[in-house]
Amino acid sequence: MSDITNQSLSEILENVKSKKISSLELTQAYIKNIENAKKLNAFITTTFDQALENAKKFDNKPNELLLHGIPLAVKDLFCTENIKTTAGSKILNNFIPSYESTVTKNLWNCGAFLLGKLNCDEFAMGSSNETSFFGNVINPVGDQLVPGGSSGGSSSALAANLTPATIGTDTGGSIRQPASFTGTVGLKPTYGLCSRWGIVAFASSLDQAGPMTKTVSDCAIMLEAMSGFDEKDSTSINKKKETYSKNLKDNIKGLKIGIPKEYRVDNMPKEIDELWEKGKKILKNLGVQLIDISLPHTKYALPTYYIVAPAEASSNLARYDGVRYGHRSQKGKDLIEMYENTRSEGFGDEVKRRILIGTYVLSSGYYDAYYLKAQKVRQLIKKDFDDNFTKVDAILTPSTPSSAFKIGEKKNDPVSMYLNDIFTVPVNLAGLPALSLPAGIDKQGHPLGLQLIGKALDEQKILNIGYAFEKNCCYKNEIKKWWS
Amino acid sequence: MSLDKEKIKHVAKLARISVDEAKVDTLTKDLNSIFKFIEQLNELNTDKVEPLTSILNQSLRSRKDEISDGKIREKILKNSPKKSEEFFIVPKVVE
Repeated sequence: MSDITNQSLSEILENVKSKKISSLELTQAYIKNIENAKKLNAFITTTFDQALENAKKFDNKPNELLLHGIPLAVKDLFCTENIKTTAGSKILNNFIPSYESTVTKNLWNCGAFLLGKLNCDEFAMGSSNETSFFGNVINPVGDQLVPGGSSGGSSSALAANLTPATIGTDTGGSIRQPASFTGTVGLKPTYGLCSRWGIVAFASSLDQAGPMTKTVSDCAIMLEAMSGFDEKDSTSINKKKETYSKNLKDNIKGLKIGIPKEYRVDNMPKEIDELWEKGKKILKNLGVQLIDISLPHTKYALPTYYIVAPAEASSNLARYDGVRYGHRSQKGKDLIEMYENTRSEGFGDEVKRRILIGTYVLSSGYYDAYYLKAQKVRQLIKKDFDDNFTKVDAILTPSTPSSAFKIGEKKNDPVSMYLNDIFTVPVNLAGLPALSLPAGIDKQGHPLGLQLIGKALDEQKILNIGYAFEKNCCYKNEIKKWWS
Repeated sequence: MSLDKEKIKHVAKLARISVDEAKVDTLTKDLNSIFKFIEQLNELNTDKVEPLTSILNQSLRSRKDEISDGKIREKILKNSPKKSEEFFIVPKVVE
């Protein structure tokens, strides 16, 4: 058989099911790839011995589960029982959870098992994976290119065939932007569809876990496996589990898709505009009706996000005090100094910056001017979407304002780094699902993505549109292996 | 509005993060450029807008107040950087 790791998850599942390949052989193939890809720095922890044991176990069991015998690497933001979980931070460098996140547990219950934990921006704060305590991750698309962030280890590992599919988390674009930068598929589900229990928290009203895959069918399979009601998460939506993969269909004739004029921003490269045009044309040929729409508060989404997310982060990260778990400083003469030194040593610059922003906007005398103001604008942003979703089934936009940039290029200018999430952030503020699809390349040969935004809980529809789009896009992500 | 160094040191104190004196200048510059960006929101009149406090179209569930686990002291203490018997150990607080 040709290299199995080149295949999509759906193809691999077929091959395992028909016993053309065993789970053990499959796992060994990924381990070999991972060992040859150390340059990419996509992994923080590997769990090879455990994975090989699991593979053998699954080879002796009847194959009836959705992900039977599939090894998966996951972002190191998901707590894994008895396996170190760092969130890309020094402060959790020695943290070994005694529990498993609901989302990963759901995957394991579907027959998958852990291959390793993937690098990410520290506490998922970043758009380039450069804030990780464990170093930069390289984009397999090209040496010196960032893989996007914060799920940068996930996008890099997936695109380099180090895992057949993976999961990330998305607070402001952390699944969709890295997917776009690596020519892969990434879905941020509706807020509340996937449990947040056991995921290291960043901004709790925005955080949502989702799949990152090579194809839209794979994405449907992974979403089906990981989603579902969880009583341990107070914001989990209690509804019947859907079978996205079975219901996937490519007939999208008659659907109405909105094109928001506010997503044509100043200084956007011509190539992004052309890509968007190409996307519209493909959908039109599939019988979709394109409708010009307006989301007037789009430009205020990023400033709103940079109040709401740091505010929630400063509260969530207050728990890292060096007492119950994680790094503790040896310096300081009393308890307060121990706290201050622990947090100063344990957090990186970007995390500190955001904690300070959050602390300031929530502090006495400033709350109304910043936090309350942001909550009001968030209402307006949500209303923009609500108003338009009475007229359209989905919205098509570019995923990012540029392709993958070079390591170090934006590191010293936080605002220019933040602007990378300009097209992805509004969706998190409104709690909606959005799918990033590989759609083409720019003149440097770097992948570019388009984003489909859906109504709340309308994942099936955007997956269907993506499925039809993928079949007709005639773009195939081909990455030459240069790293081993 | 601009944040000066003293203000930043005060906020850092509130957040229990000691700030390296050598980094205060860069931090001041970065935070000011971020706040300049954030303050675009002041262009909008939001007097009549209700703040959004939840994006879910459901109210939070309540549950019975009962113990669902327990006897996990060992597990909880396992990751502590400093412990003794069944206690977390911290620097002396009371003289």
